[in-house]
Amino acid sequence: MAKTESTFKNMFLALFLICSIASLALAGVYLITLGPITKAQQARKEKAIREVIPDFDTLVPKTVRVAGSDQDVVLNYGYKDSVLVGVAVETFSTRGYNGLIKIMVGFLPDGTINKIAILQQKETPGLGTKMASQTFTDQFHGRTPASYRLAVKKDGGDVDAITAATISSRAFCDAVQRAWDVLQKQGGQ
Amino acid sequence: MSMNQLQNLTKGFFRENPIFVLVLGMCPTLGVTTLASNGLGMGLATTFVLVMSNLVISLVKDLIPDKVRIPAFIVIIAAFVTIVDLVMAGFAPVLHERLGIFIPLIVVNCIVLGRAEAFASRNNIFSSVIDGLGMGLGFTFALILLGSIREAIGNSSIFGYKFVHGDGILLFVLSPGAFITLGFLIAFINRVRKVT
Repeated sequence: MAKTESTFKNMFLALFLICSIASLALAGVYLITLGPITKAQQARKEKAIREVIPDFDTLVPKTVRVAGSDQDVVLNYGYKDSVLVGVAVETFSTRGYNGLIKIMVGFLPDGTINKIAILQQKETPGLGTKMASQTFTDQFHGRTPASYRLAVKKDGGDVDAITAATISSRAFCDAVQRAWDVLQKQGGQ
Repeated sequence: MSMNQLQNLTKGFFRENPIFVLVLGMCPTLGVTTLASNGLGMGLATTFVLVMSNLVISLVKDLIPDKVRIPAFIVIIAAFVTIVDLVMAGFAPVLHERLGIFIPLIVVNCIVLGRAEAFASRNNIFSSVIDGLGMGLGFTFALILLGSIREAIGNSSIFGYKFVHGDGILLFVLSPGAFITLGFLIAFINRVRKVT
């Protein structure tokens, strides 16, 4: 078969056809994978919620838009036999070393932090990523931000920063503080 | 399979290894090889894109006018990369999250466009598929080798299995470790190539 010549008509047709077929194929794959992708994200969130608050049977989510940003904070109220057992707050910080950090902070009804799980972070491997380690997150457990100052010691707070990752530690505190502020504003239910 | 095709398949591993010999596709190479399993995932994703884009490009090579061949190749490659990205997000979310931005970046990986331009647009369908497979597996092999060495020294584990208790040398997990390991590997492979 002879090679197609580079006339305007041929070039236009070739690119138009290739782009059309590619878009159709992508639309198909998108539709097929849409279900599993949403399910995977949902499963990750649910697992994090179960990790940070005590056993519950009903979950009531409430989305709060943070003023001056395009991110949401989601309060997940967990109830067992109609009694509030904890609130899992999906919060974020934009002050990370490398982009957005998302964490799930579990509060007990009395306002103490139960547990914290990391949802998303792109910090430096081996340094900032240690925010996911227990030695770091454990110091928040059982504290209440009302009396516990959520700032690294360098900034006059109570938090032991991760060695060589002060920026990541600050961002983590920022996210926890945001969760607390939103929770205070919305109140327990 | 003829001798020629066999050579076509194996050249990617050693004689024309995309990383150690051609030194192409350095961005994902240096970025994702902090763990051996990351290297494996990235390598297989790239192999899929290489095989499929080589297949399609050798199929339509006579229909594409020469002057627009590069944009046409890019669209075909980008379509397959997006398919890999979506499928991985749906069915292997953990791996997808770890590889992050590097999956979409396969589009600009020099190996893929390089093979399309240098091989698939000049050869028949069968040879092109074999070429894509060989190059992709050679790339995967190199990523696993690099990832294993960095994981072993930096994290004292291989494919997640710890063989020494405790931490490793942090430097090897960070970017300088990638350059150092790659440098030594390239020097070693070139020495061996000279001898054989």
